[in-house]
Amino acid sequence: MGAHEVPAIDLPSMLFVFMLSTFIGIGVIRRVSRLLHTPLMSLTNAISAIAVVGAILVTGADYPTHIRFLGAVALFASMTNIVSGFLITNRMLKMFKTRDAGGKAAPK
Amino acid sequence: MIHTLVQLAYIVATALFIFSLHWMSDPKTARNGVYAGVGGMMIAVLATWAQPEIVHHAWIVIAIVLGFVVGVPLSQVSLTAVPQRTALSHAFGGAAAGLVGTAKYYLWLSEGPRTSRPSAWSRSSLEIVLGYLTFTGSLLAAGKLQELKWIPQRPVTYPGQNFVNLALARWWRSASARTSCCTRPAPASASLFPVVSVLSLIFGVLLIIPIGGADMPTVISILNSYAGLSAVAMGFVLDNKLLITAGALDGSSGLILSIIMCRAMNRSFTNVLFGAFGQVQATTAKGEEKTYKAETVEGAAQILEQASLVVIIPGYGMAVAQAQHKVREVYDALRHKGITVKFAIHPVAGRMPGHMNVLPRRGRDPVHRSRRDGRDQPRHAPVRRRARDRRQRRREPRRRDRQEQPHLRHAHHPGRQGAHGLRDQALEEPRLRRHRQRALLRRPARGCCSGTRRRWSASSRSS
Repeated sequence: MGAHEVPAIDLPSMLFVFMLSTFIGIGVIRRVSRLLHTPLMSLTNAISAIAVVGAILVTGADYPTHIRFLGAVALFASMTNIVSGFLITNRMLKMFKTRDAGGKAAPK
Repeated sequence: MIHTLVQLAYIVATALFIFSLHWMSDPKTARNGVYAGVGGMMIAVLATWAQPEIVHHAWIVIAIVLGFVVGVPLSQVSLTAVPQRTALSHAFGGAAAGLVGTAKYYLWLSEGPRTSRPSAWSRSSLEIVLGYLTFTGSLLAAGKLQELKWIPQRPVTYPGQNFVNLALARWWRSASARTSCCTRPAPASASLFPVVSVLSLIFGVLLIIPIGGADMPTVISILNSYAGLSAVAMGFVLDNKLLITAGALDGSSGLILSIIMCRAMNRSFTNVLFGAFGQVQATTAKGEEKTYKAETVEGAAQILEQASLVVIIPGYGMAVAQAQHKVREVYDALRHKGITVKFAIHPVAGRMPGHMNVLPRRGRDPVHRSRRDGRDQPRHAPVRRRARDRRQRRREPRRRDRQEQPHLRHAHHPGRQGAHGLRDQALEEPRLRRHRQRALLRRPARGCCSGTRRRWSASSRSS
């Protein structure tokens, strides 16, 4: 079968990674400006669509059709998240940006 | 070899995600954050796709194209609809995690114990419960935010609610334990798998139903956290560290935002976390009986005119009524009269965290500037024209005099007193007295009142 996987990582080391990245996340997000909480939420939304990785692994591998179909639906869902999440974040931030640029361009 | 490269690419993607969130700390660098996120995501997708296990490409391409077809219109919604979109997006994220968990389960079922390990079962049931719970919960939250008719806006509570939830939780626990206890999947336990899934779906509904529309900012943050945690669980199932790190970043972001929301609403985080929203809300509503005073339009105008400091606190209603421009007009009119106007935004105003900081941007009103850097004068307001003009209009002494004798700052409005009637004089007198007293009080330690000083220096710079 096509399921020759990456050498399995043991559970404790994965928990370790989880713990460390949670602390990094808390440290980084604590400093996010209050102005940007809504864009931040769309951005993390898009980032949490990293589930796309798992969906691709399930969809593309040599698995039975019904399993790959489930994977394809998951892939579609996370791809929607990625696209709309990043686009809307960019759209919101553009509004912040043009205001600043406008202020600088016309100092009157 | 290729696996090592893929792992390296995952490390790069993780670093980019961390940078992406780091750059969100400042509006100036925030857009770099988006680009970093896009870059990380593309690296992750391409690296995964390049693995030799991926042999079927057609479906991947179709799913990605469909994702673009749906995702692009979804990103063009109006800004008042952003909360719904976010909730819907959490639902998609949860669905993706749940579906991958389901697919993995049936894969193991068909392959037998050759590729599976006992601990993998419990991980996958965790992924399924988190994913499906996020899915239905977010769908319901999106429906509530969209104000669909057939979804109750009011919190739905019934006697014994916690009991029912607990009973369902125990049922789920035993069912998932039976599906995951044995290393070798038995047909009997496989028939219990749909039960586990359906129970997870019901959990999501039960979790959101007791929450009213006003608590939505907290709910969205928590669902954000759940969506991240379901990605983490997927990482545990698939032995993938990228999934774990990115999911943990998302989970902690949801956690922090919901803690901020709870603090802003004077609610304890544990209460919210364990889903007892309805009860808490009922008790606090009974406990606090604050009075407020309604005012007619004329009365409000009078009060605003006589004030020396006005703080405007915009809410979601302003955005819905498209009243940003009117607020801006009021702001300009008050500044004309030399009244200090400030904006204050409550953290949970609007329908998701920080919503009110985004909404008024369309109305070009000066909210964000006053919040961000203390300069509460808009660039184009007439008061900013020249220091001398402003001084003359407001009958203020020269800057040099003000610095030497700060109590003169608001003194003597000879022109005004003549122009206005006796009533205005009477009203003006206590106000001026108050100002003088304040100025005198402030005099020994002028360093503290940096706000006023900065405003002066800003205006003098422009002259």
